[in-house]
Amino acid sequence: MQHGKYRFIVGFLALPLGLYALFVVWPFIQSIYYSFTDWTGLSPEFKMVGFDNYSRMLDDDIFWKSLQHSLLFALLLPVVTIGLALFFAFMINVGGRKRKNGPVITGVRGSSFYKIVYFFPQVLSIAIVALLFAFAYNPDSGALNSLLRGIGLDDVQPLWLGDPDLALWAVMAVLVWSTVGFFVVLFSAGMASIPAEMYEAALLDGANRVTTFFRVTLPLLWDTVQSGWVYMGILALGAESFAVVQIMTTGPGGPDYSTTVMVLYVYQKAFRDGQAAYATTIGVALLVVTLAFAAVVMRLGRRERLEY
Amino acid sequence: MKTTETPAPLPAESGAPITKTDVRPPPVKEKKEGTVLNVFSHGVLVIWAFMVVMPLLWAVMTSFKDDRSIFSSPWSLPDSLHFDNWSRAWTQANMSDYFLNTVLVVGGSLIGTLVLGSMAAYVLARFDFPGNRFIYFLFIGGMSFPIMLALVPLFYVVNNMGLLNTIHGLILVYIAYSLPFTVFFLAAFFRTLPTSIAEAAFVDGASHSRTFFQIMLPMAKPGLISVGIFNFLGQWNQYMLPTVLNTDPDKRVLTQGLVQLAVSQGYKGDWSGLFAGLVMAMLPVLAAYIVFQRQVVQGLTAGALK
Repeated sequence: MQHGKYRFIVGFLALPLGLYALFVVWPFIQSIYYSFTDWTGLSPEFKMVGFDNYSRMLDDDIFWKSLQHSLLFALLLPVVTIGLALFFAFMINVGGRKRKNGPVITGVRGSSFYKIVYFFPQVLSIAIVALLFAFAYNPDSGALNSLLRGIGLDDVQPLWLGDPDLALWAVMAVLVWSTVGFFVVLFSAGMASIPAEMYEAALLDGANRVTTFFRVTLPLLWDTVQSGWVYMGILALGAESFAVVQIMTTGPGGPDYSTTVMVLYVYQKAFRDGQAAYATTIGVALLVVTLAFAAVVMRLGRRERLEY
Repeated sequence: MKTTETPAPLPAESGAPITKTDVRPPPVKEKKEGTVLNVFSHGVLVIWAFMVVMPLLWAVMTSFKDDRSIFSSPWSLPDSLHFDNWSRAWTQANMSDYFLNTVLVVGGSLIGTLVLGSMAAYVLARFDFPGNRFIYFLFIGGMSFPIMLALVPLFYVVNNMGLLNTIHGLILVYIAYSLPFTVFFLAAFFRTLPTSIAEAAFVDGASHSRTFFQIMLPMAKPGLISVGIFNFLGQWNQYMLPTVLNTDPDKRVLTQGLVQLAVSQGYKGDWSGLFAGLVMAMLPVLAAYIVFQRQVVQGLTAGALK
């Protein structure tokens, strides 16, 4: 298979690689370079300024706020989302108890229905989800507060997205709402590949469901949980949090920058304030945070691999 | 529970011998544990299903109401079905334009992504040449980097090429950003396909490209479908790239158009029309999901599992 091999390889790789290099790799390299300049993005002129942008960043209160919020997103959201999803997936796949002549290990009744419905938010655009909840959170006419009024809680009428103490949590709840279903399905796929004999053995040893979950399911599912963890963290640091914060919170960025996250701050500095170089500096910080997060999760999650 | 001194039974040791016998745990214990846990866990499952469905139903319901009742009683059923909201959104609020733009952009980039992605993946998976590993890792490295970092210089790259605010510019960028996962997924897929058929075709005188298009590509169809659905949903739902690269009001895609509409609604106040637009944007993907449920789930979970 040697004849014309290299011509073929070059012909097939040229276009995809060219596009990828031009629109993805080159901008990445450029952005690191620009972070050492005073480029505004508005005019083509700029000069090198060394680490000025970086020292400015360290003195920037809003940057620290956005870093704090992003870290909260990356640490808390995966815990809540993956915890919920593990519980749901366990109930759906293993939580049922033997019906007559059925298989020993089975999900609760209606499990396929739950799997379909829980996945709904995942196929919707995060922008549309954010819009929908921006309406639902509306303090005067939104669905949430009128629901509270409807059940007699007239005094409890939070401002939700307008309250600096509440806005960030309200935004995070939307991200949980929209991603849990994906992990339920992901973990269900993982659980389906665990042999039934293991559960039968655990049952024989008198294990209840809690023990079964922690002693059988979770250890065997660990690899999937870990990659899900990294995936969710990258989502929470990146595009998804940009959309929810930008669309839902007033400002955008919330009252008193209470919901600003790093991605949003990069966007605002570059495209609103005309500070392209400084924006890329914050972008580099975001890259560092993302890589550090992935490394820490991989490191902490390392376990002896279980073969089955 | 006496968990401390007994380590978790290693499945490989305890599993095999017992399976043949039909065993049941003691019935009394099972029943007691069952009722409490069952009520609790069923309850939680039902509540979450309710929490997922309610906002969507609320949006559909609201899209049929008039503006006054949206504000006065958000949870009541519409007094009559105001279909005019839908037609107003479709024509006056430019939803039809946004829809068409989205279809054009996603259609173009989906085809481009699949063709270019499978070409690169095939070469990287099946041919040995210097630089192969480097190019492969260059591609898949793109999966873990935050797009936002590249977005600032990308804007100026696209601008300098005169592609800002154009449909084809957006298509090219979508393709470029879809390539990492597509190449990663399809390269793994091409590696699993048997080599003998391709070799036989080549011995029979077919060229490399003919072997690819007539033999390998049809064999890779299941992989193409999975990765195609994954990319379809991702590109249809894309918000960040068009927000930055596509600021011409006439070229807006659905997500962008709706958000812009919501912002400007503060001054115009056609909330019912806006909800109609929102539901219009949700329905196609929900319908596609219900029909192609299995493939969607396979395509999406394959991304995170591997």
